[in-house]
Amino acid sequence: MKNIKEIVVEKSLFLIALSAIFMLFLIAVFIFKEGVPLITKIGLKDFIASAQWSPFEGKFGIFSMIMGSLWITLGALVIGVPLGLACAIFLSEFVHKNTRAILKPVVELLAGIPSVVYGFIGVIVLVPFIRQHFGGPGLSILAGAIILGIMILPTVISISIDALQAVPRSYREGSLALGATKWQTTRMVTLKAAQSGIVASIILGMGRAIGETMAVIMVAGNAVKIPHSILDPARTLTTNIALEMGFASGDHRAALFATGVVLFIIIMILNTLANYVLTQHKK
Amino acid sequence: MFINPKISQKIMIGVLAVATGLTLIVLFYIIIFMLSRGIPVVDWKFLSTFPAKMGKSGGILPTIIGTFVLTLVAIIVATPLGVGAAIYLTEYTREGKITKIVRFGAECLAGIPSIIFGLFGFILFVVTLKMGWSILSGGLTLAFMILPTIIRTSEEAIKTVPNSYREVSLSVGATKWDTVRKVVLPNALPGIVTGIILGVGRSIGETAAVIFTAGSSLRLPTSLYDSVRTMSVHFYILSREGISMKNAYGTAAVLVILVLSINLIAYWLMNKLTKRNQ
Repeated sequence: MKNIKEIVVEKSLFLIALSAIFMLFLIAVFIFKEGVPLITKIGLKDFIASAQWSPFEGKFGIFSMIMGSLWITLGALVIGVPLGLACAIFLSEFVHKNTRAILKPVVELLAGIPSVVYGFIGVIVLVPFIRQHFGGPGLSILAGAIILGIMILPTVISISIDALQAVPRSYREGSLALGATKWQTTRMVTLKAAQSGIVASIILGMGRAIGETMAVIMVAGNAVKIPHSILDPARTLTTNIALEMGFASGDHRAALFATGVVLFIIIMILNTLANYVLTQHKK
Repeated sequence: MFINPKISQKIMIGVLAVATGLTLIVLFYIIIFMLSRGIPVVDWKFLSTFPAKMGKSGGILPTIIGTFVLTLVAIIVATPLGVGAAIYLTEYTREGKITKIVRFGAECLAGIPSIIFGLFGFILFVVTLKMGWSILSGGLTLAFMILPTIIRTSEEAIKTVPNSYREVSLSVGATKWDTVRKVVLPNALPGIVTGIILGVGRSIGETAAVIFTAGSSLRLPTSLYDSVRTMSVHFYILSREGISMKNAYGTAAVLVILVLSINLIAYWLMNKLTKRNQ
């Protein structure tokens, strides 16, 4: 009797364990089922390479949104990565253990602040500042990039600190014993050894930036056109979905799901990449 | 050009310290900015009365209730799945293909943007399963979203339970499942609770996935098929449509305080667990 119970428990737990992968699969199926027919109908090339987006005339080209996502994400990385890495290096290598034990959770705590709050601060503080000092409408790629750059900080900092802390102490000691300064050791030994974890943190931060919706809607201006400067407003893939989902139907709705398909594929590529970088390192 | 390593070290430490200071200042600025403007708006009346004129005046009671029930549904659905998966990964299988696939699945799920969850929840729950904009649709969508957090944290918690505990239990004749149920889980409980609390925190702050699945009704829900508006959605609508900045700040203050204290409790619990099992 007991044996049967054990087997039943084990098999059910196995099925439960598959739930995450099953959910991922379910999400892919439903998004693709709604979006892919439209892409095949108007052609992949016209869908992603055309900048003509006028849903009521049946024109669905998402090129401007792809450019919008690209600009804003790259901008967020330019701002968030150096700042985040510097912060991670400082907290991992140059402060006392106790200081790190307080500041790391503080930074992680900030990952929990809702994205609408970040967006709101952007609108109230950043957008008027950009309008006054740099010109343009204020609602812009620059505003989006700065807000997203701040939003990815906790991700970049937390994962990079973990990666740096995972480097064995003997590496550092060996280098210091050879007469290298602490900074030389960090630059030439510790950072090299933690490289893959740091790269993974950047990729995951990038994923977060590409996928962010509400904060970007509030600060980036949402205009459907190919941006030419960082002071231009832009619409991203995510905000395109969120802005029009409320009233879309038929082909228009399918086109928003198709935008979701593109986004889903980009995110899966980034996740796979991050996973690959991390497992390569473990070998 | 050769720069003395001692000097370059001083310069670099200075640069790193400034960057760290800047980061902390920005992050604290955000919290202080929101709280200093929001807290004066929040009083008992704000928390306990209904909004009037779409939120222009009055309180935020229905959005507090909406947030609460939606999160509750998400937790009830995601907890058994997440903890079960974590038990299987840590207790029933060795590191291998299956653990790799499941972990990869969980990590990908964690990286999926919330707007994709919103689209998915809309097409599956709201449209295909005809649940409409409702607590159920929103709660199930959120459950999908927080599952990876619960799996990962529970796994970490279960791993902190020393092996000797299991060995003692098995050696006195307990079966594997009994050992898991009576020895491993109770000892890992604070960590598992941490995962659930982090999930709660994520649910409360979520907007994009909720607005397309739970809707934005300001009425009090009477069944699981009623639409609700969460605090974050309310905050978004108030500030985006310029309905009332004062009430937007108030709602945001409640939201920020709630999320920060939830995460703080989660961190404190996990810390306690690691210390106890060391």
